[in-house]
Amino acid sequence: MFYREAGDFKTSYSADNQTFPIAFDRWRYYLVLFVAIVVIPLTISDYWANSLLLPFLIYVIAALGLNILTGYCGQVSLGTGGFMAVGAYATYKLMTAFPWMDMVSVTILSGLVTAIVGVLFGLPSLRIKGFYLAVATLAAQFFLVWLFNRVPWFYNYSASGQISAPERSMFGVAVTGPNAEVWVKYLFCLFFVIVLAWIARNLTRGSVGRQWMAIRDMDIAAEIIGVNPLKSKLTAFAISSFFVGVSGALLFSVYLGAVEVGEAFGIQKSFLVLFMIIIGGLGSIFGSFAGAAFMVLLPVLLKIIGVDLLGWPTDIVAHIQLIVVGGLIVFFLIVEPHGLAQLWRLVKEKLRLWPFPH
Amino acid sequence: MPEQLVFAMEVSLNGLMTGVMYALVALGFVLIYKASGIFNYAQGVMALFAAMTLVGIQEGRVPFSHLINAIFGTEVHHLPWHSVPALFAILLTVGVMIAFAWLVQKVVFKHLVGQEPIILFMATIGLAYFLEGVADLMWGSEIRTLDVGLPQGINLVIDETTFNWFGYGFFIDNLDIVASVVAAILVAGLVAFAQYTKQGRAMRAVADDHQAALSVGISLNFVWILVWSLAGFVALVAGIMWGSKSGVQFSLSLIALKALPVLMLGGFTSIPGAIVGGLIIGVGEALFEFTIGPMIGGATENWFAYVLALVFLVFRPQGLFGEKIIERV
Repeated sequence: MFYREAGDFKTSYSADNQTFPIAFDRWRYYLVLFVAIVVIPLTISDYWANSLLLPFLIYVIAALGLNILTGYCGQVSLGTGGFMAVGAYATYKLMTAFPWMDMVSVTILSGLVTAIVGVLFGLPSLRIKGFYLAVATLAAQFFLVWLFNRVPWFYNYSASGQISAPERSMFGVAVTGPNAEVWVKYLFCLFFVIVLAWIARNLTRGSVGRQWMAIRDMDIAAEIIGVNPLKSKLTAFAISSFFVGVSGALLFSVYLGAVEVGEAFGIQKSFLVLFMIIIGGLGSIFGSFAGAAFMVLLPVLLKIIGVDLLGWPTDIVAHIQLIVVGGLIVFFLIVEPHGLAQLWRLVKEKLRLWPFPH
Repeated sequence: MPEQLVFAMEVSLNGLMTGVMYALVALGFVLIYKASGIFNYAQGVMALFAAMTLVGIQEGRVPFSHLINAIFGTEVHHLPWHSVPALFAILLTVGVMIAFAWLVQKVVFKHLVGQEPIILFMATIGLAYFLEGVADLMWGSEIRTLDVGLPQGINLVIDETTFNWFGYGFFIDNLDIVASVVAAILVAGLVAFAQYTKQGRAMRAVADDHQAALSVGISLNFVWILVWSLAGFVALVAGIMWGSKSGVQFSLSLIALKALPVLMLGGFTSIPGAIVGGLIIGVGEALFEFTIGPMIGGATENWFAYVLALVFLVFRPQGLFGEKIIERV
């Protein structure tokens, strides 16, 4: 009825190739952007920002990064937590070494540092494939966490071994530190999400993305038709690590403020991001958003239902959460291997015909 | 003999023993991987689950008591008896593990036949989370001690002999020696089972070629349940050993992470590979921590195994004993 493409004529190639070819989708997208940029910052409250919005935005970036590597290029990585730690510690070192530097540059530079580390750990992917590689990326996870734990230079010889973000401002308002207001933090993260999602979308539908997908579907065949596996695997590792590094940097500097590496960037974090992209949909930009939203919402929702409504002890709810997450992973892999993104696609197909059956 | 060398010998001997324990966990992985091509990440959690079930049965706890109490407001914790003979409890736990194997096959992997290996791997990660939650919910998450009557503490014979030889007594835990013996028996038993019994032959046939096995009338379903049960049994043995050593707690499931580099080194498809890989990793990380560790801040055993396996794989992608990976377009 409303959601249809009849009468929506394209007269140029660029109009035909745009991300949202259906007018209704396009307007919905602009509406979402408007709400995200204008409405939410005006109405945001501490609780919503800290328990839902900020983690959601930050994990979206990590999920986008891992989705580029795993969903588009087919290289399963369990080192996400370690790479997030690289981003966080790079931010910390940059913030303390160059106090005059603005936060956007710091975050981008941390992403670049992570990209270099990611390429280093991505080198073995040329020889090692499948879950041999997945296990090999665990080397990155454990080594990096150990490194940041044991080498005092990384945490500036602080006695507690923690790192905490000093206060930094942009355009005269504090972005990090205890005095930063929520809407500033929110807008700062949102800025990165929008820019990076736009980059990810356009990379994955261009020639780079097609090369990644060729490598994912069958790397030998891709090599035979002229895709350079060295180049495309390493670009995937670099760009993915950049995203993950930015996400780690934001998690540390904007969201948490103070971080202990083993706790914040342990193996659990790697699995969390992996679950996001499985549930959301491998190889889908929208899937990264949906998966991150789902995994951020789920614990909050279970806590509201279990602890607040039913009055169960928190540890039981935590166990139930494990069961639900694990069960959902298996359920999605069996019923809908393409995740929430595919469900969304099916809904859209149905909507296009609605209310007529054919 | 110089003192450092004697210390190094003691360290590597202990490393060997730890390696055997790693190999015990790795064995379960190899069994399932060979027969079904599933890389079972949940093996470590299965060990945790088995150990918790064993302790729970031994102490006569009521399963899910916390949940029942929370829902119905009751106060049930223990069944009328307070200790069950170890052997009986072990038998019951084996039964639970077989039921678990059957469930996993029926509910999960029956629906995933023919999926890509990496999808199956991720499904087992989900399974690991699920099982961990179930284990905690069923038996509570506090740390327990597991005692099935295995000898523990320093082995005095070795201590005395080495003292006479080198003037320094080696510290070798009795439990580690028992674990090595058990591991040897387990491997011998598994090899004998695979070679000389009808079911074992069916298992090897399935490992070789699913379709060919199916066409001569072997039930894939049965073999997979069998293999998961065997893996459950191996998990129980590993759970008993690790549980007696360091208590039954969440960190028990992390030994799965330790078994992964062992597998990569030894090759996913080889039972001897699991043993040799375990020994190499055990000795390697103990010696590395002993020699280089103090220089770079210690606690290197967290990552050394992975980096060793990673470097090794770059030169030999299928591991030491794995089948050669042949890729075709």
